[in-house]
Amino acid sequence: MDFKGKDIISIKDFSKIEIDDILIYAEKMLPYAKGEKYKDILSGKVLSSLFFEPSTRTRLSFESAMNRLGGRVIGFADPSGTSQKKGESLADTIRMADSFSDAIVVRHPQEGAARLAAEFANGPVLNAGDGAGQHPTQCLLDLFTIKTEKKKIEKNNIILLGDLKYGRTVHSLAYALSIYGVELTFVSPTSLKMPKEVINECMELGVEPTQTSSLEKAIKDADVLYATRIQKERFPDAEEYNKVVGSYRINNELLKNAKENLIVMHPLPRVSEIDSEVDSTPHAVYFKQAFNGVPIRMALLSLVLGEKKI
Amino acid sequence: MKKQLKVPGFKKKDLKIPRIKDGTVIDHITPGYAVKVLHILGIPRSNSSSVVSVAMNVNSKMGKKDIVKVENRELKSNEVDKISLICPKATINIIRDYDVVKKFKVKLPDEIIGIVSCSNPTCVSNAKEPVKTRFKVINKDPLRIKCYYCEREPEDIADRII
Repeated sequence: MDFKGKDIISIKDFSKIEIDDILIYAEKMLPYAKGEKYKDILSGKVLSSLFFEPSTRTRLSFESAMNRLGGRVIGFADPSGTSQKKGESLADTIRMADSFSDAIVVRHPQEGAARLAAEFANGPVLNAGDGAGQHPTQCLLDLFTIKTEKKKIEKNNIILLGDLKYGRTVHSLAYALSIYGVELTFVSPTSLKMPKEVINECMELGVEPTQTSSLEKAIKDADVLYATRIQKERFPDAEEYNKVVGSYRINNELLKNAKENLIVMHPLPRVSEIDSEVDSTPHAVYFKQAFNGVPIRMALLSLVLGEKKI
Repeated sequence: MKKQLKVPGFKKKDLKIPRIKDGTVIDHITPGYAVKVLHILGIPRSNSSSVVSVAMNVNSKMGKKDIVKVENRELKSNEVDKISLICPKATINIIRDYDVVKKFKVKLPDEIIGIVSCSNPTCVSNAKEPVKTRFKVINKDPLRIKCYYCEREPEDIADRII
């Protein structure tokens, strides 16, 4: 599969075979991501890292991925010191960054921003999250985590929990998991239910998700519990947020009813969804999941830059 | 033999707007949508002197309809197909020397560019970026379109025509 020059905008742009290829290649990246091995296959390459919205894990893991492969990173983590504040369009910023570098990573508060960026860049564009839209590299690292922890993605019983209405990661993930044929259960407060379009997409792929507001019942049969933060910044008003924040709390008491090999995932940052007492249990894989952003992004960067040499 | 222009439901005594010698007649427009049709077609053009006639809520065998007649301009199918978004049953008659020389139905294109605005206020296509709005037609009946940028599906398509 040739990914050279390909934009990474939405998980829906990829076939199952392509996703499998990326996951296999990411596995080969693991010793390089951990620093156990080193190969500068991206030496001489420059990545523009344009973060118009705050990010910790995504930005750092992209930078780590580029550095681990011998490449360099330019860019900004906060648009306040850029020409955007002078009224420059995203299109113009992208044209400029494209001329300075070999690939662009962009996070932007507006949905569709990465798709627009790809129209104005000659080099590949990697979407690091566009508002409440897509976050394909998060989706790939989530799939990678399930695959490495459970040995396969297919046929797992997976709960997506929390803010299913505004959470971008769960929308892409529900779609991608449906490609693999898993059992899906959506657990959320009534006001934050999974949008109808996402459910329709799952059904078109042959997966009929179960919807419930009871985590206690759903957890008994689950292999994977994927929790998300209730995102204050996505709520139109504070009152709606206050009504639902703290609806679910994952603690050791709840996990007593779970399968022994249940894994708990979270895209992080967490606020109060997962009690810190869970961190030391074998269920907790969310920090490993965050680390998996590095091998996945190493794989993607080397693939889109046409340097598949590991 | 030359085919005479016959607009269904029309009798000469009922003719609200005169026949045209050359140009295009857009018939079977959903009642009340004639002005939107003109807007979609970019009519009137600033440098054009063509006569444009509009009839609204005209009686026909199939109920009420609007009609638009554009003189001295033959609209091409790729121009008029856009109006199928709001008038899926509209027909186009190309007139030369008072005769219908070509008649066809509007056909929904696969992509709708620069006609409908995205219903998502935080879609990048609603920002001040140098791009036209762009939607993929994912279902023709019932009509469903999806924003190329933010992947949302607007429900109030007729109200979102720019």
